Amino acid sequence: MLKRKTNGAPRRSDAPAFVTALGETPLDRRSFLKRSGLAVGGIAALGGMAGTVRPATAQEAAAAGGEIQTIKSVCTHCSVGCTVLAEVQDGVWIGQEPAFDSPFNLGAHCAKGASVREHAHGERRLKYPMKLVGGEWQRISWEDAINEVGDQMLSIRETNGPDSVYWLGSAKHSNEQAYLFRKFAAYWGTNNVDHQARICHSTTVAGVANTWGYGAMTNSYNDIHKSKSILIIGGNPAEAHPVSLQHVLKGKEENNAPLIVCDPRFTRTAAHADEYVRIRPGSDVALVWGILWHVFENGWEDAEFIRTRVWGMDQVRDEVARWHPAECERVTGVPGEQVQRVARLMAENRPGTLIWCMGGTQHTTGNNNTRAYCILQLALGNMGISGGGTNIFRGHDNVQGATDVGVLSHDTPGYYGLTDGAWAHWCRVWGEDLAWLKSRFAVVKDAEGKDKPLMNENGIPVSRWIDGVLEDPANMGQPDDVKAMVFWGHAPNSQTRMTEMKTAMEKLELLVVVDPHPTISAVLSDRTDGVYLLPASTQFETRGSVTASNRSLQWREQVMAPMFESKPDHTIMKLFADKFGFTDRLLRNIAVEGDEPVVEDITREFNRGMWTIGYTGQSPERMRLHMQNQHTFDRTTLRASGGPCDGEFYGMPWPCWGTPEMKHPGTANLYDMSIPVSQGGLTFRARFGVERDGENLLAEGVYSKDSEIQDGYPEFTYEMLVQLGWHTDLTEYERYMIGKVAGIESMQGNWEEVGEAEGMSVPSDYDARASAINWKTDLSGGIQRVAILHECAPFGNAKARCNVWTFPDPIPLHREPLYTSRRDLVADYPTYSDRFFYRLPTLYASIQSKDFSTDFPIILTSGRLVEYEGGGDETRSNPWLAELQQEMFVEINPKDAGDRGIHDGQQVWVEGPEGGKVRVKAMVTERVGAGVAFMPFHFGGFYEGADLRSKYPEGADPIVLGESTNTAQTYGYDSVTQMQETKATLCKITAA
Amino acid sequence: MARAKFLCDAERCIECNACVTACKNEHEIPWGINRRRVVTVNDGKPGERSISVACMHCSDAPCMAVCPVDCFYQTPDGIVLHSKDLCIGCGYCFYACPFGAPQYPKATNFGSRGKMDKCTFCAGGPEPDNSEAEFQKYGRNRIAEGKLPICAEMCSTKALLAGDADQVSDIYRERVIARGFGTGAWGWQQAYGDNDLAALPTSPRTDSPARNTGSPVRNPAGVGSMSKIDPASLPPRVLEQPSKGE
Repeated sequence: MLKRKTNGAPRRSDAPAFVTALGETPLDRRSFLKRSGLAVGGIAALGGMAGTVRPATAQEAAAAGGEIQTIKSVCTHCSVGCTVLAEVQDGVWIGQEPAFDSPFNLGAHCAKGASVREHAHGERRLKYPMKLVGGEWQRISWEDAINEVGDQMLSIRETNGPDSVYWLGSAKHSNEQAYLFRKFAAYWGTNNVDHQARICHSTTVAGVANTWGYGAMTNSYNDIHKSKSILIIGGNPAEAHPVSLQHVLKGKEENNAPLIVCDPRFTRTAAHADEYVRIRPGSDVALVWGILWHVFENGWEDAEFIRTRVWGMDQVRDEVARWHPAECERVTGVPGEQVQRVARLMAENRPGTLIWCMGGTQHTTGNNNTRAYCILQLALGNMGISGGGTNIFRGHDNVQGATDVGVLSHDTPGYYGLTDGAWAHWCRVWGEDLAWLKSRFAVVKDAEGKDKPLMNENGIPVSRWIDGVLEDPANMGQPDDVKAMVFWGHAPNSQTRMTEMKTAMEKLELLVVVDPHPTISAVLSDRTDGVYLLPASTQFETRGSVTASNRSLQWREQVMAPMFESKPDHTIMKLFADKFGFTDRLLRNIAVEGDEPVVEDITREFNRGMWTIGYTGQSPERMRLHMQNQHTFDRTTLRASGGPCDGEFYGMPWPCWGTPEMKHPGTANLYDMSIPVSQGGLTFRARFGVERDGENLLAEGVYSKDSEIQDGYPEFTYEMLVQLGWHTDLTEYERYMIGKVAGIESMQGNWEEVGEAEGMSVPSDYDARASAINWKTDLSGGIQRVAILHECAPFGNAKARCNVWTFPDPIPLHREPLYTSRRDLVADYPTYSDRFFYRLPTLYASIQSKDFSTDFPIILTSGRLVEYEGGGDETRSNPWLAELQQEMFVEINPKDAGDRGIHDGQQVWVEGPEGGKVRVKAMVTERVGAGVAFMPFHFGGFYEGADLRSKYPEGADPIVLGESTNTAQTYGYDSVTQMQETKATLCKITAA
Repeated sequence: MARAKFLCDAERCIECNACVTACKNEHEIPWGINRRRVVTVNDGKPGERSISVACMHCSDAPCMAVCPVDCFYQTPDGIVLHSKDLCIGCGYCFYACPFGAPQYPKATNFGSRGKMDKCTFCAGGPEPDNSEAEFQKYGRNRIAEGKLPICAEMCSTKALLAGDADQVSDIYRERVIARGFGTGAWGWQQAYGDNDLAALPTSPRTDSPARNTGSPVRNPAGVGSMSKIDPASLPPRVLEQPSKGE
């Protein structure tokens, strides 16, 4: 059914095209070349766009006279969470208005947000289910698609085991869809489920959570208004998060806060900096320790903060001692006096905030980088304070949410992990039989021949799915290799090693794409059969919640009906569950309308289970109330003044403790002890035990405002309540539920039926048996409620730790990239030994030991452009954006270009040491330093010089195609999370 | 509204192009026509600055002066509009315009370039407000709906300001006072003969009591000021004549 009416509907009835004559316009060369620095050529790239530029016709226009509705949604690009105000007439999205009420964007958008109306109307969508037959795309029905794909998957499950199907999810899912996706994968029986967070901020989540408890942005974009200094390292928010610059520039202007940008590129963000620090790619730890060297040298650290709230700083001091100015300069290339100046600016302008993005995370040492940033902020006492914090800008609109709800190969929703206890918790929430769920997973034998259930083992991360297909099963931690890949909202060109990826795609038995666009998955390989494309709806065609980078949850209302034959993700999951025969189990607590699971029921289900991070208080009703009353929230503090949300923080940034009825306001700034927990205050989490090496890990005599425990304390359990005498504050219902979780036989019924009617009989051993039930597993929220009643943090009050003893480098160390041009540093700063984790052998030293720097002398790094996002399939299909950025390019320094006889605008080959190469246009610019080249990663549809446009299903090819930088990008994975290395590899550049 | 003006604060513009796509979205502008564009100077170098450029709706508009068929008119608010019914596509206004605003649907060596198109300050054209004919030729008339130009309303960093000149300059002045320097209100002298904002300080201040700095130079990156940039120094793509068709 064609729902789409027009992409050119005028606002008022029956209007024919706007300026009909303009429709015949040939390309204006001036605007074609408008992008600075890009010169002539590339007209050929537009060969496929005939017919794109056309005015709407009268017939297409919306029928006359319908009422114009204004519907609130949220932009589907970056994580700022800009409200989109959609004007809809007769089901057609006819206009966008500025959303001035939103405290996040105050009406503003970037190029992408200002043009989202086009995507949702886009012609170049995947319109019907399709399959590849003998190299040709054939349209098929949904029913046939689900049956054929389902049959093949079931057959693979039978023959090779459930782990041979890989469920690759998405940061583009709503929270509800992402949560259901993770649950769905568990019901299928595998932990081979993951999403873009792995290749985005996984090292942040791991590094930051292991430092102080939670792995997320600690403050908010708005809170930067209060910063006295702003340090951005490895981030270019002017292009990646443009609306965030509104907040950054406000802080800069009104507080006269110095803006310091550390990056190998002089980015558009750096152009607005007071201090631009050009670092050598991959030397972040060295720079941070170089800054900290001056802090310690001058006694600028916050000694009292460190004494009371930080553990392990002395060990950091020992490591930092070697990073004196000369060594720092030798490794980072940053002049010694500049490092000192930065240290002084940070020290003398407190509180200061520290912002990082992919430039810090996407390294083999990403987890070291993120922890070093945290340690710098701890040393300066910039944590737990408004204006300070580690403001980590997440990438996708819902990458924070999809991470939180557990679309991860090493986790379940709410970061409960993969232990038996974690699965037992979720089975209680799901009403599922744990034994049945266990039976869905494969079991392998460990080295001693004992059973090792894969339910408890990390799955293959998305960064390594290629190896999951190509690796010899004998070397893998699962029964067989991956035979079927499901790309459910994933652009494969955002991943490195595309030459091997192509081979992997060709080796698969089955390749399934579920997406609004065909994506590069449809065209990269030379397969002729066994590829299915299923059209998914965008987030504007459904409803649900989305978590912005600052942990606020916002609710999107549906703007329009799904276009073409597309279906929302959760509907497609239900169809697959039908095929696999577990719908009744999967959706036990969730009503289904037609084939669509009711979104609000999914929200309520995760509300009942995600106690760890406080995803429990944000009910659909509360989220909707916030969206309707956006104007009542303060634009700096995010707290509502008056109105129905009085006192609450916008979007109830997690943790929003307890049940929705408890009305916790959410936590705007994490670990801020200056306000009571009940009003959004917090301590550092007691996550790592109470002591280490005989030293106390709990806070020393400091506590959040009004706390009745006036010292450090561990996380709350029922036993702790008993010891404090606070267990009597629990209600009957709460005691019943705690008893139920504890397995007390007389408390296994349904409280609504049992408890209130008959009263409760409490067995004499209740306290003993319930003692271990804690704030994370208590399904009533009673332990959290009582802790907060006494103004204590449910997760305890501890010190942040600088030493993560479970990581390969407990104190962050500088290690040279695998592909480094600085061979002189390899001996001093070698990488790791080769390791085995996440089911796969992972190479480090065996790559670094070879010297590639003679043949591949230029450091290659990558990043974003403002017009595009991710793999770019959606944005490159939007003519309003595509017109602004029409050709893939490589930035190369004039010196390197001169040495190679390369002219600005010339076609060049960029080749990586693993053999992948791309043919792109040279943009000769001082934006990159000598010896460094940069390519944006949004392009795709060309492969090693070949145009793949003819391989797309007709009418679904993006307007702009280009080479993917990741074809030339190489191997390299973080030592903790398997994050891919994209920011520091090597290449050679030659004239094409 | 007393006098409608645009102002782009180059200290804030980050070249995100929201103004460009918002304009395209609002008025359904086809590929190849750019009523608004963002121009970057010193691209990739210290001193890199961007400004969003469109018709500035000049006080003494040169386009009006040169038009052989007198298709332009100025509203009491100072908005410069034109009639596509009268326009003969001669291109004179393009040569006269200091901002490169006029756009043409056809690129030919001789003869008409088609009906000229340009920014209307979201104020439509001579047809009745919000009529179909007005939308077809000029796009949406937000001014008649009591709204301001969409490009400025959606600007990501509030760099681009539009509206009543007094309010625009007040907002800008406040900002300049807060941060201690301005960027010269690029284009105001050219468009409006207004020297007031251009006279605001353009050098970063170095003696702020609010901030301690280890460096005597507030701006080691050597950030320049837009005030010294006159239109003639802008990259040729803003000012060159419309291309010959290729």
